[in-house]
Amino acid sequence: MHVAGGLKKTKSTKQGRGLGEPALVRWLLIAVTIGFLALFLLVPLAAVFSQALEKGWETYLAALHEPDTLAAIKLTLLTATISVPLNLVFGVVAAWGIAKFDFPGKSFLITLIDLPFSVSPVVSGLIYVLLFGLQGWLGPWLQAHDLKIIFAVPGIVLATIFVTFPFVARELIPLMEAQGREEEEAALTLGASGLQTFLRVTLPNIKWGILYGVILCNARAMGEFGAVSVVSGHVRGSTNTIPLQVEILYNEYNFAAAFAVASLLALLALVTLVVKTVAEWKVRQELANN
Amino acid sequence: MSIKIGSVSKNFGQFAALKDVSLTVPSGELVALLGPSGSGKTTLLRIIAGLEAPDQGQIFFDGVETTNSHVRERQVGFVFQHYALFRHMTVFDNIAFGLTVKPRRERPGKAQIREKVFELLKLIQLEQLADRYPAQLSGGQRQRVALARALAVAPKVLLLDEPFGALDAKVRAELRRWLRRLHDEIHVTSVFVTHDQEEALEVADRIVVMNQGQIEQEGTPTQVYDHPATPFVFSFLGNVNLFHGRGTAGEVQAAVEPVPAVGYVRSHDIEVERQLSDPTAVRATVRYVQTVGPLVRVELALADTGAALEAELSREVADRLDLQVGEEVYVRPRKVTVFAEDYQI
Repeated sequence: MHVAGGLKKTKSTKQGRGLGEPALVRWLLIAVTIGFLALFLLVPLAAVFSQALEKGWETYLAALHEPDTLAAIKLTLLTATISVPLNLVFGVVAAWGIAKFDFPGKSFLITLIDLPFSVSPVVSGLIYVLLFGLQGWLGPWLQAHDLKIIFAVPGIVLATIFVTFPFVARELIPLMEAQGREEEEAALTLGASGLQTFLRVTLPNIKWGILYGVILCNARAMGEFGAVSVVSGHVRGSTNTIPLQVEILYNEYNFAAAFAVASLLALLALVTLVVKTVAEWKVRQELANN
Repeated sequence: MSIKIGSVSKNFGQFAALKDVSLTVPSGELVALLGPSGSGKTTLLRIIAGLEAPDQGQIFFDGVETTNSHVRERQVGFVFQHYALFRHMTVFDNIAFGLTVKPRRERPGKAQIREKVFELLKLIQLEQLADRYPAQLSGGQRQRVALARALAVAPKVLLLDEPFGALDAKVRAELRRWLRRLHDEIHVTSVFVTHDQEEALEVADRIVVMNQGQIEQEGTPTQVYDHPATPFVFSFLGNVNLFHGRGTAGEVQAAVEPVPAVGYVRSHDIEVERQLSDPTAVRATVRYVQTVGPLVRVELALADTGAALEAELSREVADRLDLQVGEEVYVRPRKVTVFAEDYQI
């Protein structure tokens, strides 16, 4: 029933029969899974939107048009616009280097790339306060030159870049390793330059992997709370991102506005999910064509 | 274009892949690098292509040193074992690739490229598949596309790395005959790597037998098969039986000087008889008889030492003898090659 390493599953109703479980057990397992997902994912999602729209569309739109909220949306978009392309370039370069070349310390480098996944976001934020804060290593020098990083936009961007840099690289490394180096070598023997090889051979082979990494990277960049919270300083209308704005509104018992802003993040999550599913399917196809 | 390899060595960490290898490939010939895995044959091919740099030694194309020139300047066609076709391009685009990446002033026009690609598609007999993607082709078709892609840029040298290694037996046999005919038509200097002695014997003008990073012997298929220079070449090119004894080169049993020696006899050079007809024959017991297609394989044990022996008889001879397991017979080697005992296989 499984063709070629199980990558292409044929549709069949007999698939579970091999396990020989009674129908009751099968249905029970499926019901538990669905019930669990509904309770912890679908109900909260629905709650966000119903709370946001509780007082009608007008209140909802007004909440989003509030100047501080608009500023938070702008800052979030700015942060993502800077950090996602940077991490895209970094991710492709790192994955290319790791997957296509052999050098000592390669596995150590992969571990380093994973670091932001294993460190608590709060610690990530604190690192930058330690480095650039007034009491930090570079603080006095920065102050002397009138440069502000902590409690300002540059700090938020830096912290976001730090927590999101593994996404693209982590997605591309296994994909590029599985695809090997032979197509690139073939292109070189046919007279292609390095750039031609990258643009015409490597890039088309990893485009869906890149999209997958970028969409996850973007979701995290826009939704990051911990690290950004530490370096932001929560200056209204100037250093608040969407997640921080939600928290402030919520703490002020402004529930309708808090949920309205939160619904933006929920929408982002839904879009991410759809794009991610499509990209995942395409990546599997890219691998299956090996 | 002739290829000259001068004293090339290559190490991968502690592993010496090539040890001071020198070789000349005459212009227009089809040469096989034959050897077991790890013998350095693929490394040598990749060094000729420029995909790998030698630690020591030089490569010359037509007397011009190319050791330090880049892969894309060497104008070699390289065919990979697993095809390495561009998976997101059609067959047409794959073959056209080498022409479309040329610098603008050398690049042929669209119509010319199209003409060239279809000419090659005709050569590989896949004209109707121009719009397919590699994933939609069979292994044999993919390898032919890979070959056409390599030929599109009119390479000075064609290098093939185990080109038929990933194909099943029947397609393999068809494709290697096709390659032989193709080479007779286009006469481009070609080097191909294989671990299959039958393939090398059938396709190549010359065979270079490699082992442990060194060349054991080079010559025409007949030379290498009939006059193997070392025990390794003898045993790598076919089934072999060993007769241990003392003697000088020539004959084992007529020991003149007490030098330990080993006689090498091919399985098909062993004659099995019921009656003692020749004084050189020895007694043996039939252990096992198995029919393999047109041949019958007979396992025997020598009466004096108990050493195992394998003989290959034609069906006709085997039917006439009608050998029974346990029966005593006489065996006689028709042709013995003797090497001194201290050689190691």
